[in-house]
Parts: sequence; structure tokens; C-alpha cells
Amino acid sequence: MSSNTHGCECQTLNHRIEEQTCVSVAECYQCGKCSAGCPLAEEMDYPPSQVLRMLQIGTPDLEDKVLRSMSIWLCLTCETCIARCPQEVDFPKVMDYLRGEALKRGIANPKARDIIAFHRAFLDSIRTTGRLYEVGLIVDYKARTRHLFQDILLAPWMFLAGKLHIFPEMIKGKKQMSRIFSGTLKKKKEEPR
Amino acid sequence: MKIGFYPGCSLTGSSREYSESVKALAEAVGFELLEVPDWNCCGATAAHNLNHELSLALPARILAAAEAAGMEEVVVPCAACYSRLFVTRHDLLENEDLKKKVSEIIGTEYKGTARIINIIEMIERIPEEKWQTAIKAPFAHKVACYYGCLLVRPHKILNFDRPEEPQTMDAIMKKIGANPIDWAFKVECCGAGFSVSRTPTVARLSGNILTDAIERGAEAIIVACPMCHSNLDMRRSAIEKFNKKKYNIPVIYITQAVGLAMGLDRKKLGLQRHKVPVNIPVETAASGTQTRAS
Repeated sequence: MSSNTHGCECQTLNHRIEEQTCVSVAECYQCGKCSAGCPLAEEMDYPPSQVLRMLQIGTPDLEDKVLRSMSIWLCLTCETCIARCPQEVDFPKVMDYLRGEALKRGIANPKARDIIAFHRAFLDSIRTTGRLYEVGLIVDYKARTRHLFQDILLAPWMFLAGKLHIFPEMIKGKKQMSRIFSGTLKKKKEEPR
Repeated sequence: MKIGFYPGCSLTGSSREYSESVKALAEAVGFELLEVPDWNCCGATAAHNLNHELSLALPARILAAAEAAGMEEVVVPCAACYSRLFVTRHDLLENEDLKKKVSEIIGTEYKGTARIINIIEMIERIPEEKWQTAIKAPFAHKVACYYGCLLVRPHKILNFDRPEEPQTMDAIMKKIGANPIDWAFKVECCGAGFSVSRTPTVARLSGNILTDAIERGAEAIIVACPMCHSNLDMRRSAIEKFNKKKYNIPVIYITQAVGLAMGLDRKKLGLQRHKVPVNIPVETAASGTQTRAS
């Protein structure tokens, strides 16, 4: 799990994927079961098997297309593809790596803005309190995305049903939490800001 | 029997009734749940979407806290937390270097002594004689057992139930007198983490699940995951708007269904906290008549 090859342009993306995740995209023989079973394939710009094919060919323009694709952000990590893959290619792991790489290079698909904003608001919430503070998460998400009126009717119902905390729950190990965040999110672009 | 308990964030907030029903059921069958001390969020989808090491370190802190408290087994009712904790333990025990690295990040040596079980496994531990005496009001309804993704996948790691046609929830529902149906969406994804950031996608996927369950005659959908529940229940109006159709089928946690069959108080099981009213008749033991649960 060395990370010293990050950003090294002398290697193709599929080499780095194999080094970082131990998944070989070359194992895929394009049967298409992943694309057939993927619940989000119809919303993706390239379905899973096509992303794998682009990585296999591995030309710089195809790698760039993959990293700039919406597909990598639409993957829900439902793990259906790996459950059905006859070659057991752990594609969800590859998707995780590709998302991280797209963020590091600053080339994440602009249409993924809301999805990324939600993930970042989520991590920001647990970074400060240790546990998810749902009210804070939604307020932060709205501020990031300007979707001010989304779910405006759901919140009062949730509150009445006793499903929302007014104040966050703070854990005691806050120092340990900030140590975990500073020890992992080193690159500026990755930070939940 | 004492079991470690990791509630996770959803169970303290938007899925409070899941926590309430887990605790009520555990108490009724004589399990003592011990909460993992000072637990933190597992990082959920957000962490592994943005940073691999963070996605391991957050669950590792929880696992280390459980083992420091001497817990050998921890029940994790949320299927998403269950998956994160189980997979992290698996990845760290498989890779000594990674385990060392993550131990350094969390500032505690992680050993891997505490095992992770899901809610179905906890229910399966209820002794046979207990089942025979505890069922007071058989849950005699056609139900669609919805497993979702993370209770059964990645199956090579979790090694819990079959990835395509799982049976464990169906077996429990049969035990309480229900009639689990055959249906096509047992393990299809509900849209999970896109509930807020891509609601129409969730409405489409969850709508497919509701439609199939209803068309095959289910009176209720049984779940074991707070994300599945909130997408199928709390997001019901978004689903209805997307599909221009009304759906009345209630979504019930498996712990609530078992609790109802054991005659536990509906408020204790948190049934009043659902968006879609649980209006299915429950036979009462004393009179043999049917009353409506709500």
C-alpha cells in the first residue's frame, strides 16, 4: 500500500490501479454482466464494462475521459457487479480509486458537484463532532449547493417524529478524530472544504 | 447473553425507531446490549468515495474501542455500518502492513479480536425454546423481505447469505407466522447514499422496488437497513411524485415485525415514527381478534 507512485505520469492508470487496489482490469473479458446488473448504468455516460475497456486500452485520452466521467460518481457501491463478475474483478474498488484520483487531479465531472458536496458536508460534520449531525449536514449541503428549498417540507415532519437532533452529539475522542482526519486527508483538494 | 452494540449515526437520529425496536427486542429475549464506548461515525459512503485510508481509519477506531472494552462480538443493525466495519476488519486482518499503518493513524494498536455480526445474526441467536413461548401474535401477512445491498454483499467477504436469492430474513419471517413472497427486487439497490444529492435516482430505484412488492401481493416490505428504510418510507412522496402513482405499502424493520409478533408495545417499537402508516392488522393473543397497528 505504498503511495509514492501517486501522480507519477510514467505509469498508465491501470498499472497504478493494480498497485494501489490489487485489482487487475486486464482480467475483464467484457461479458457485460456488470453493465447489465448495474442499477445506475442507464444514467452513466459509460457503463461499467465500458469503463473497464477504456482502462484496458489505457491511452491517455481514454484515461482522461474515464476520470472526467460522470460514471465514477454515479457508482453507488452496491457491489452487484462484483457479485456477478465471472472474473471477480472488484470494480467498486476501482471506482473508489478513480474518484480519489479525479479529485486529486482536480478534474471531477462538474455535474457531480452535488454528490461531492454531500460527501464533503458529511465528512465535515463527523470531523468536528465524531458522529453525523444530520441538521448540520443538510444546512452545510444547502449552503454548498444553493438548493435552499430542497426537503423543506420533510424537515418539520422529521422533527415532529423525533428523528432530528437539535444539537449535535459530541464524542469524547475529538482529538483522536482530528488526528484521523489530518493523518489521512493530506492533499488540499481532498479536504472537505 | 451480552453482546456489544454499535448503533451508528442513523439509529440515533433519522432511524430512531430501528434502535428502539432493536433494544426492545433484545430486552424481550434476554440479550444485554453493551454500547461500544465513545463510538464514532463509520464514515459511510462519503469516506470511501473520497479517501481510502480515512474509510479504513474511521471503522478501525470503532473496532479498537470495542476490543478495548473486551467485546468479542458487536451487533451492527445498520447494514451500511455493518458492511464498513466487517470489510475494514477483513482488509486489516489480511494485510499486516495496512493494519500497522491504520493503527498508527488512529493512535491505538488494532488487534482484530472483536467480531462483527448483523441484526439477522442476532435474531438467529434467539434460542428455539424462546421462539415457542415468545410468539404471542403471529404476524400472518404476505411480506416482501428486502435485503438491499450491503447485508449480503460483497458476499465473498461477508460470507453471510446468498448474494442473489438470500433466505435468512425469509426464514425469520416464517418463524413469526408470515408468508414471505418470491420477488425480483430482494437485493436490488434502493439508491442509498443519493437520497439527498440525487433524489430522482432514489425515487426511480425505490419505486421499482415498491412496485414489484405490491404487484406480487406483499402487504408489507421488511427491511434491515436504515438507509433502505428511509428511502422506501421517508422518501415515499418523492417516489410517488416521480412515478405519478400512490403507494400505500408500509416498510417495517425486521426487529419491529418480530417485536409485534412477540406482543411488544407498538410505541416501544417506534412504529408511530414511520412516514407511511403501518396499517396492517395484527392478531392479538388474548382475544384472537384483529386490531390495527399504527
